[in-house]
Amino acid sequence: MSAGTTATTVNPTVVGDGTRAPVKRKPTTGDRVVGTASHTVLIIWSIVVVVPLLWTVMSSFKTSSEIFSSPFALPATWNFDNYVNAWTTAGIGSFFINSIVVVFGALIVTMLFGSMCAYVLARFRFFGSRAIYYLMLAGLTFPIFLAIVPLFFVLRSLGLLNTLPGLILTYAAFAFPFTVFFLFSFFKSLSGSIAEAAALDGAGEWRTFFQVMLPMARPGLATVAILNFVGLWNQFLLPVALNTDPQNYVLTQGMASFASQAGYSVDFGALFAASVITVVPVLIVYLIFQRQLQGSVSQGTDK
Amino acid sequence: MTAVVGTPLGRAGGAKPPAARRLRRRDFTFDRVTFFLVFLIVPVVGYVVFVVSPFAQAAYYSLTDWSGFSPAMDFVGLSNYAKLFQDATFLTSMGNSVTLAIVLPLVTLGIAFLFASLITIGGPSNGPIRGLRNSSVYRVITFFPYVVPAIVIGLIWKQIYDPSSGLLNGFLTGIGLDQFTSFAWLGSPDTAMVATMFVIVWGLIGFYTVLFIAAIKGVPAEIYEAARIDGAGRLRTALTITIPLIRDNIQTAYIYMGILALDAFVYMAALNPGGGPSNSTLVMSQQLFTTAFTKGQFGYACAMGVVLAIVTLLFAGVVFAVSRLTGGSNEVAE
Repeated sequence: MSAGTTATTVNPTVVGDGTRAPVKRKPTTGDRVVGTASHTVLIIWSIVVVVPLLWTVMSSFKTSSEIFSSPFALPATWNFDNYVNAWTTAGIGSFFINSIVVVFGALIVTMLFGSMCAYVLARFRFFGSRAIYYLMLAGLTFPIFLAIVPLFFVLRSLGLLNTLPGLILTYAAFAFPFTVFFLFSFFKSLSGSIAEAAALDGAGEWRTFFQVMLPMARPGLATVAILNFVGLWNQFLLPVALNTDPQNYVLTQGMASFASQAGYSVDFGALFAASVITVVPVLIVYLIFQRQLQGSVSQGTDK
Repeated sequence: MTAVVGTPLGRAGGAKPPAARRLRRRDFTFDRVTFFLVFLIVPVVGYVVFVVSPFAQAAYYSLTDWSGFSPAMDFVGLSNYAKLFQDATFLTSMGNSVTLAIVLPLVTLGIAFLFASLITIGGPSNGPIRGLRNSSVYRVITFFPYVVPAIVIGLIWKQIYDPSSGLLNGFLTGIGLDQFTSFAWLGSPDTAMVATMFVIVWGLIGFYTVLFIAAIKGVPAEIYEAARIDGAGRLRTALTITIPLIRDNIQTAYIYMGILALDAFVYMAALNPGGGPSNSTLVMSQQLFTTAFTKGQFGYACAMGVVLAIVTLLFAGVVFAVSRLTGGSNEVAE
């Protein structure tokens, strides 16, 4: 948390009556009422958040008939049949691999070019730099829906429609403005004199970037990469419109088609299992980078 | 969900950076030319091809009757737009989208602000300014749905709302409310929209709570101390201290949330792909998608896209205007 310590460590203990407040003082009645009410509200909300997720995990171990008979009953046997079915029969396995390929491919492309472009924009002033800035702003503001129809034909004319490389490039392009915006401010905050020093020591622009500036920007890069990962992993519209070959489905669209295609014969246990499978990678990223992710949410809009 | 709208550049981009260097003719060495080619030209060209040019083309196609796969394309002027505003289905979808854009940011950000305030400064009124006990637990839990892909959120809730085997009706009948036995939350026009909104709010509150927590933690504790000494209660502190001080964050969050509400495609695709009972949850983005990729009316769909973009920009404009009218940045100077 970027500013995490401010509110708690600045700790003036002198209060209104001018005496030193004891470190522990009995809470007033009002405090107790407000505190109880607040905790109640937050606990209820926590339950509303957690129960559906636990229910999903539990249901993922039930058979379809068990799911239909009672929403609460525990599964008779705890086994991974549903997961196996989801992974193989429903094709979630191949969707999963497609997702990994597309998201990491796009991540590499957008991080590489995004950091390059942000660095150039942050460090040099040249004819057209403001125009590029406005193009980025447009890309962040306009709804993707405005672009989706022409994009379909752009990709078709390039021969990239319904291919994973086409999807990778599109993902990368739509993550690009955010990446540049974020890293722009980051490169800006790095001291320019370091780049000057590198230049004086004889490093060319390429070397300065890759050996000096990029390593210094590592915290910013990590943050953007995490946010981009979550965003791209959850991307739904682009694959649904531009990637209609079931062979190439990514996880999100595979989930949607799995849920809708079979109507009444949907294997609900497998559907729940597939939901869990979809969440797990993001959950792992979240648990590993929890502090960084929550901190970076603030950096995106911070003062 | 990537685009946490980038204020940093917005601010820094306006002023000319002192450290930035002007390029001179003698700077054009081989190293530098290839550097600019790869670092600037390649990414910007790619960006223009995949992002900017489709936006521009959409505006043009919206003036044609193009059906996509045939080369035949007649310029029809504004007639697509005239048709749009007599198209009852589209007007319904537009009404639903506008409803979402009005309700969702207000509810989501209102609750998120409440939670963030409780977690950061909601603690006892003596001793140091602090949040409730164990508040970081709530922070982690409420944030959690953010990592669940929206499509999965939609699919999970579709099962929870399921009339016979869903968790919600199971719970309601379990506590004795038998009128909810096989009540179709997503299947009745009266409840489909509210149920859908709840799902979106459920998925996003945590993200905005965390965002507001960070913003509030950036406010110096002395300001809250001073307010307390002056006798301000919790509500007054939140309204007259916190909101003005984190106004920029609220504004950004509001615009971002509005853009998301005007899209809402993925939630609708999961909960009610067909637009819901009597089109009660049909939104513009869905209508656009069907018009383009099912009916093949690409020119008409592009006109919808332009309307959607205009509504989005209007929304942002209204948020800026309201923010300016209610005090803008000149209230409590930081």
